Amino acid sequence: MNDRDTVIKMERVEKIYRTGELVFHALRGITLDIRAGEFVAIGGPSGSGKSTLMNLIGCLDRPSAGRYLLAGHDVSMLDADARAFARNRLIGFVFQGFNLLARTSALENVELPLAYRGLGAKERRRRAIESLELVGLADKLNNTPAQLSGGQQQRVAIARALVTDPKVLLADEPTGNLDSRTTEDVLALLQRLHREHGLTIVMVTHEPDVAQCAERIIVVRDGLIGSDGPNPTPRRAELNTGSSSPLLAGSA
Amino acid sequence: MGMWWMAFRLALRSLTRNKLRAGLTVLGILIGVAAVVAMTALGDGASASIQNQMGALGVNLLWVFPGSNTSSGVRGEVGSRPTLSEDDADAIARELFTVQAVAPVITASAQVVLGARNYATRVTGSTPDYLRVRAWALSRGSPFTEADLRLAARTCMIGETVRKALFDQGDPIGQTVRIGRMPCTVVALLAPKGQGSFGQDYDDTIVMPITAVRARLRHTPGREVDQIMVSVREQDLMARAQEQLTALLRQRHRVADGDENDFMVRNLQDLMATLERTRSTLSTLLLAIACIALLVGGIGVMNIMLVSVSERTREIGIRLAIGARSADILAQFLVEAVTLSTIGGVAGLALGVGAGTLLGRAMEWSVRFSPTAAVIAFATSGGIGVVFGFFPARRAAQLDPITALRHE
Repeated sequence: MNDRDTVIKMERVEKIYRTGELVFHALRGITLDIRAGEFVAIGGPSGSGKSTLMNLIGCLDRPSAGRYLLAGHDVSMLDADARAFARNRLIGFVFQGFNLLARTSALENVELPLAYRGLGAKERRRRAIESLELVGLADKLNNTPAQLSGGQQQRVAIARALVTDPKVLLADEPTGNLDSRTTEDVLALLQRLHREHGLTIVMVTHEPDVAQCAERIIVVRDGLIGSDGPNPTPRRAELNTGSSSPLLAGSA
Repeated sequence: MGMWWMAFRLALRSLTRNKLRAGLTVLGILIGVAAVVAMTALGDGASASIQNQMGALGVNLLWVFPGSNTSSGVRGEVGSRPTLSEDDADAIARELFTVQAVAPVITASAQVVLGARNYATRVTGSTPDYLRVRAWALSRGSPFTEADLRLAARTCMIGETVRKALFDQGDPIGQTVRIGRMPCTVVALLAPKGQGSFGQDYDDTIVMPITAVRARLRHTPGREVDQIMVSVREQDLMARAQEQLTALLRQRHRVADGDENDFMVRNLQDLMATLERTRSTLSTLLLAIACIALLVGGIGVMNIMLVSVSERTREIGIRLAIGARSADILAQFLVEAVTLSTIGGVAGLALGVGAGTLLGRAMEWSVRFSPTAAVIAFATSGGIGVVFGFFPARRAAQLDPITALRHE
């Protein structure tokens, strides 16, 4: 395997939580490689350690042992500010609860990561608009999250994740708060971004139906990788016609 | 710099979203700063007016009063024994090189009459040097002369208040008024001096040759005087002059060593210092109260910032997740606290200036606003923001992104 293509490389990564006398081994030695352009779903029952793994991949936390290379950089020992830098430059987050800033327009939400990068206002705005166009929300720039539907909010979140041109889009239960129709819309969007823009996507989900949309499925069990392999039954998410036509805009 | 500018815009947005809360939080600092500004203005004003009034009394003035009389062990009031005379005044002028001018003074009350009008005032009998000692200028006319003094001439200089009572708009110079039963020519009009520190009207007076007052109003023989006013050459010589003067008078009055003086010397500088001390004690007290208000205001800011941080934990988590460093978060909340308290400071400055002006007008106190007070108000409130905003801001900056994101 060519190292340059490897976006995420974990070697025997462990995570141990200590609360007083209690020691909890959340991850007990994870080794995995994710290459550029892959669409990976990480599944597993609750308590399996998949959220912990997700936090580590996202540089929100540090492993207790093992090595983690993100886009070729060893990020396993970085301090908080360096991890913030890594999150800003290399990772795009999409959360279950959208996590947009309330009472702040879609445009400003999308601009935010660029603001922390120190980019000028004009450049920020240009790239944010571009990113929102990519997710089909060019007409909702000035809407606040409260004025957007759940599906639209998640699309703003995806635009915010993409605006930094990240090495990997990290989606944590991205459809957990959405109804089945909108779930399909968001999954279709992710598939399109993956297919057309070669975006590397790591999606954590406990829903088999959602995981089916990925190319590769990793299942975490008891802090270890239970299974890891190509998705035997890939499924293409169905766009709802009409309401979601903007999603098709980029595919022409 | 971008970080601070961004933090400032975020702070403004956050504060405008919670206008009522921000307003209430700022109240403590507002009152504190307003109190500081108003107090300094009133204090400086009082100081300036004390100095003015003292200046109006005379320049580097030593005031000599007769001593008290003790008969059969009962000690009388000051001046009950006529121990000072014009000869003492002459001796002081002749022998003390530190002294610039000396004026012996006797006073009498008299009714002043002009035509159908009459007015009761205080008549001061002295020498032409009286004007120099009191640093009193004339608005019109010229002072009575040494010759007038020798002849006990019936000439007088009238104060502004007396002129108003008798003459309205007319020119008093050359007119003859009747003082008691003595007709008297007005030779000069004294320039207005205004009100003294104890409310007395300096302009409610008539100044005449001491000889005339003694002969025609007091009807007392001899050369006793009520007081001697001495003007010292320089402020630095005051203490020395007072010593020399005391020594001279003790010698002239043949006061034995170890005996008490049979006269009293008052130094205006001392009196002024006493007044100044009272004023500054009062100012310090009020300043202390203002400081307590500022402290309470600061604690209020800290409290509301802590609330704000815990309310916005999730927001902080989002910001951290997408790449904000802890310094960015620290800056955001610190700037919010400083902005909040500075708004309080500016509002307090405005309130302080307003309240000071109104209070000064209502109580007829003089008020003096200094730019220093404004700078202090600004700096203090900003400083309070930094000091009391730091702890909440650090708490925000030290949040763990995962915990913060999970926060509901």
